[in-house]
Amino acid sequence: MSAINQSGWRPTAPERGGSAAPTFTGNKALMLEEALIFEIGDTETTGVDFPCAPAKAGAQFVSPPSRGHKLGGLERSSPIGLPGLSEPETVRHYTRLSRQNYAIDLGLFPLGSCTMKHNPRLNEKMARLPGFADVHPLQPVDTVQGALQVINELAVWLIELTGMHGVAMTPKAGAHGELCGILCIKAALEAKGEGHRKVILVPESAHGTNPATAAFAGYSVEDIPATDDGRIDLAALKARLGPDVAAVMITNPNTCGLFERDLKAISDAVHAVGGYVYCDGANFNAIVGRVRPGDLGVDAMHINLHKTFSTPHGGGGPGSGPVVLSEALSPYGPLPFTERHADGHITLVEEETVGDRHPDSFGRMTAFHGQMGMFTRALTYILSHGADGLRQVAEDAVLNANYVLRSLEDVLDAPFGAAGPCMHEAIFSDKGFAEGFSTIDAAKALIDEGFHPMTMYFPLVVHGAMLVEPTETESKAALDQFIGALRSVAERARAGDPSLRTAPHFAPRSRLDETLAARKPKLVWREPEATAVAAE
Amino acid sequence: MRYLPLTQPDREAMLAATGAASIDDLFVDVPESVRLAGPIAGLPSHASELAVERHMTALARKNLSAGDAPFFLGCGAYRHHVPASVDHIIQRGEFLTAYTPYQPEIAQGTLQMLFEFQTQVARLLGTDVANASMYDGSTACWEAIGMARRITKRGKAILSGGLHPHYVSVAKTMAKYTGDALDVALPALTAETDIDALIARIDGDTSCVVVQYPDILGRIADLTPLADACHANKALLVAVVTEPVALGAIRSPGEMDADIVVGEGQSIGVGLQFGGPYVGLMGCKEKYIRQMPGRFCGETVDADGRRGFVLTLSTREQHIRREKATSNICTNSGLCALAFSIHMTLLGEAGLRALAAANHAGAVAAAERLARVPGVRLINDTFFNEFTLDLGKEARPIVRALADRGILAGVSLGRLYPGEDALANGLVVAVTETATAEDVDALATALEEVLA
Repeated sequence: MSAINQSGWRPTAPERGGSAAPTFTGNKALMLEEALIFEIGDTETTGVDFPCAPAKAGAQFVSPPSRGHKLGGLERSSPIGLPGLSEPETVRHYTRLSRQNYAIDLGLFPLGSCTMKHNPRLNEKMARLPGFADVHPLQPVDTVQGALQVINELAVWLIELTGMHGVAMTPKAGAHGELCGILCIKAALEAKGEGHRKVILVPESAHGTNPATAAFAGYSVEDIPATDDGRIDLAALKARLGPDVAAVMITNPNTCGLFERDLKAISDAVHAVGGYVYCDGANFNAIVGRVRPGDLGVDAMHINLHKTFSTPHGGGGPGSGPVVLSEALSPYGPLPFTERHADGHITLVEEETVGDRHPDSFGRMTAFHGQMGMFTRALTYILSHGADGLRQVAEDAVLNANYVLRSLEDVLDAPFGAAGPCMHEAIFSDKGFAEGFSTIDAAKALIDEGFHPMTMYFPLVVHGAMLVEPTETESKAALDQFIGALRSVAERARAGDPSLRTAPHFAPRSRLDETLAARKPKLVWREPEATAVAAE
Repeated sequence: MRYLPLTQPDREAMLAATGAASIDDLFVDVPESVRLAGPIAGLPSHASELAVERHMTALARKNLSAGDAPFFLGCGAYRHHVPASVDHIIQRGEFLTAYTPYQPEIAQGTLQMLFEFQTQVARLLGTDVANASMYDGSTACWEAIGMARRITKRGKAILSGGLHPHYVSVAKTMAKYTGDALDVALPALTAETDIDALIARIDGDTSCVVVQYPDILGRIADLTPLADACHANKALLVAVVTEPVALGAIRSPGEMDADIVVGEGQSIGVGLQFGGPYVGLMGCKEKYIRQMPGRFCGETVDADGRRGFVLTLSTREQHIRREKATSNICTNSGLCALAFSIHMTLLGEAGLRALAAANHAGAVAAAERLARVPGVRLINDTFFNEFTLDLGKEARPIVRALADRGILAGVSLGRLYPGEDALANGLVVAVTETATAEDVDALATALEEVLA
């Protein structure tokens, strides 16, 4: 017998007119508020069963039978203050938190320069095979030949796809890769007795990591001027080149979404005066399979596996930033790396085996061998696409961006729209918005439309920049809906719709007070009583 | 191709909308001389999910995974049991496929998690604050040295011989370019740590002393006298924890007045993964937060007065400060931080203490058993779940011989310190809750046979 609706009550059309009363919980149906673990957990509760420990609150913690501690009298006696939750409560806590996040799995994520593409779940499955996930980095190399083969196969793909000579696999993320490339350049210059070169030229449109990296390595940073069509001014660059210039750092395609047509000429000019060319490969997705950076004279380029090769961003990492290197820079790459021998056996070249064969390596950048879990995912993705599929990736990514650009340039200022097609991302500005309205208002209104905003106010060379990167994994229907939403938002901004100023209206939170957060930093949770005492 | 939703008619309609005659027209800015005419020759074409799975599975099978052997490796990466719900939660698309929470109104899930993570890490390390994670322990260690330089305006760091040699290598690499002077030493196969020697090396140029706790040989020493000596010379104490489970059993470095505490968070929630991705932990005293690298999540309120969280203090970071930033770090290790935080929430303090106690008890029992193997000497008087054996002969070939017998016995010091004869006989053995008594027996028995 069904227990459903035995009363005979039938739903009727709801009455209109009344507005909702605030709920007791603060929840709004599926929009659920969630307290902090420090407010709902306690230090006696654990969601893990141990043979020797109580599984639930109340009982005192009992030490296992001891054969005599070897802790040197340093036993931790004071409370740590780490709350625990039972497993069901834990799963619910994090599931409820997860629902306050936007994600690619929910919709288009047009964050320019970030390449938010679909993350195939096969990648996740492969990375979790015990032969990859449950292997220690210091196991004897004979017991990890398959893992080393993954690194080696991925390395070969990256070299072939970029037309470069070698690759350093260990950098942990894009910025770490930049550092790797710049350290290779510095080591090469010092080997040539040219350590006196102290200047790295960086375009104003560069990612902030570029000047930060150059400065870390001890270089002074100078701007490369840009032309009105958003590209490097070749003549001005050539005029600046000289014996003090160590390198140029160029993003290609650049952060305005444009291909640097003159990159080969730039490389030739830089090489002619003894410098090197670093390419920020954050935007490689636009050109993979269509052009190889090695053919453009690039000496070093990092590849964000979490962008072009679909390893998940995970809410801010982990990334992975292998660096492809020219023949001139390859000898200086970091330890460790793999070497494949004729019989198929792979050795790991680290401090113990570096010997006389790789004396120029600048050293180690990280413990162990790099982001293996990301290598497994990236190789899985690359094998899935193959050479033909990766070329199609670039073509669809560029087509999608141009489709967005041309569909919106009548309502949004497109500063470089007249100069020709864009690459993987379309740049707009807030020019034409009503007085007092800016990029942030359009971005926050997009949230109400169910989209993640575009990149705001970057690159710095375009005032009120809006950088839209749809990626190749969006369907035409998804793009059309996004275009419709952004068109509507742009029209409201041009008309000065005041409701934009307070958007988003339908998100889990309205605009957050970032000034307060920075002025009185609260970076850890403290017991309310302690806060009250401190305030007195 | 299964990851590309555009159909051929879509592509044609969209091309027409852009006014381009062909896809090549969209790549018109690429000079003709370097354009590739078709897929790069010599590389395979696309493959089905089944075919890729077959290939990857074949590669995975070539590895001896830790779960298939008695397993005793540590030295900066530890095998602990990770509850199934951790991996389930981190695979939720809302966490897995989100970006850095730059739009806080639709990223409160990640942000609240980071705020909780920062608090958990600070409490575990015993520091006032912690950041939202670094790449790993080794890079966090170097960042702490840089931070100490900025705070003290001095350029000489003293590194304990007990610091993981990879961490030392990373610092050496970076110091070549920043001009920091590093005073380094090798460990000695003794029960005593080098705390007294470190104290003697501190002088008026010292920015910081970097000490690992427990150290690379597994030894534990009270850091309080070292902290006092640092502070008497206006230097900072940087403590490095590569096995955070230990802090469920022993006092935190922060409690012993360390100024900056960094760690490798891998052993809680993350798994071995052949070395990465891992998660760097970094905490410090509150007065130093503006010199910290990396991201911070902070509490604030929204326009309606509700509690919420944002990334904050970003004026230290590269995207604002560019060449004047405290570090060039951008991406951190968010998803691994989530795994750490979930596992820590499941454990809670009671669970962490129980886990630590189980590790220590197992390690004590294993050390006693292994020390009874003829020719083997236990170096440590103190340890948590990892200790060093002197095998009386070179350990590297013995590790290989034991691997041939299907036993992953530990890390030979010859692998970590190539060419250092005084250390060549050392074997570092880690015993976590994943090692059974039978595993320990198997190791002891095999060791007896191989050494005989």
